[in-house]
Amino acid sequence: MSPISRGFTRRRQSTADTTRVPPGQYVTGDFPVLSAGPTPHTPPDQWSLRIDGQVDEPVSWTWEEFLALPSETPTVDIHCVTKWSKLATTWKGVSLDVLLEYVQTEAEYLTAWSDGGYTTNLALEDVTDGRAWVAYEFAGEQLESEHGGPARLLVPHLYFWKSAKWVRGLTLTPNDEPGFWETYGYHNHGDPWLEQRYQGD
Amino acid sequence: MAGTALPRRLSWQLGRVVELVDETARTKSIVLDVPDWQGHRAGQHVDIRLTAEDGYQAERSYSIGSAPEDPHLVLTVERLDDGEVSPYLTDVLMPGDELELRGPIGGYFVWEESLGGPLLLIAGGSGVAPFRAMLRHWSAAHSSVPTRLLYSSRSLDDLIYRKELLDGVYDGVEVRIALTRHWPDDWQGHRGRIDGQLLQKVAWTPSERPLVYICGPTGFVEAAAQSLVGEGHDPRRVRTERFGPTGT
Repeated sequence: MSPISRGFTRRRQSTADTTRVPPGQYVTGDFPVLSAGPTPHTPPDQWSLRIDGQVDEPVSWTWEEFLALPSETPTVDIHCVTKWSKLATTWKGVSLDVLLEYVQTEAEYLTAWSDGGYTTNLALEDVTDGRAWVAYEFAGEQLESEHGGPARLLVPHLYFWKSAKWVRGLTLTPNDEPGFWETYGYHNHGDPWLEQRYQGD
Repeated sequence: MAGTALPRRLSWQLGRVVELVDETARTKSIVLDVPDWQGHRAGQHVDIRLTAEDGYQAERSYSIGSAPEDPHLVLTVERLDDGEVSPYLTDVLMPGDELELRGPIGGYFVWEESLGGPLLLIAGGSGVAPFRAMLRHWSAAHSSVPTRLLYSSRSLDDLIYRKELLDGVYDGVEVRIALTRHWPDDWQGHRGRIDGQLLQKVAWTPSERPLVYICGPTGFVEAAAQSLVGEGHDPRRVRTERFGPTGT
């Protein structure tokens, strides 16, 4: 039971649908940027996306090949562990269901890896059945590099550090291997509705 | 980017406000006595949770401005006019009040003696808070790591930790202040924003492999990081943290 903070009252009169805002989060209209290092600027002609690891045969796409894959335009709410949520964001990208059809695997996990060295781990069941994309447009525009362009992972049902910016590959793994923030004390799964911010939550 | 495990559970705990220090007209340092605090590393942050009488809660993160060696935990908070938590912390909170918090959080944007240097800290506005923890740790550890702080502020009046930074408390640390809007006529420091030329002067050379930490608003961090990487500095030795007003 939390003690009352003397003199504290709600100041944000959110017009947002509060049933869409997980505990401990507030709704923001802008799109804050959080990254652990400098923003990489990989030009599309030097970009590729690769699926490797525990697969029958690794597969990769150039930028042009990737854009030719069937795309979707999800509208989703996103939730950052630093407490902001942004509702009804619009994206364009390729579903991981589409990408994973190109490989045969018995893996149950994957590590997404990015330009700049960032990694994050996800269970396959969290990124299949229409719940994850590799996105390359935000709000109808090409995804800006500070927000993860040319392409980033989009896994809106988990805290946004799981939606790796500047994604370049998905390595399928038999075991769950903690990624960058997961190694620094953040929660391994990161479900915002269960407030899984840090280890032990 | 190898990490260090942080295995224990972060429980909410109570700190008692010992003192509130006016840093600038809009920034205060909250000095807390946290009986169950298990220590931290310089550069880490905490989550604060406020609870209203109707049960409404709000959580925010704040950098720790005190060193691991300090007796009290210090949080330096800038008042954001349209904020919900920061105006409470700067305007309502009083000595003797209890504050619910948990931490320490984050293990990447940290510096400790063993990481070496040369160490370059680049701050924009209230982004200086985690660097105070690092400088105090540097002092407490009697570090010989060559260290420079480059701090951009609108004016002298907006300078957080003004006295200790200008009075040379961190003997051996090169402190350089850039004032971007107003400066005294006899101002000897940099006038205007931090630019590539200033960075080149302050940042050592890429071959000296400085370990760089940049903290401030997004645009500030992006510009400084991009400039350093463009000069040939190893991006893996440039660590960033962005906060402050996000605009709308």
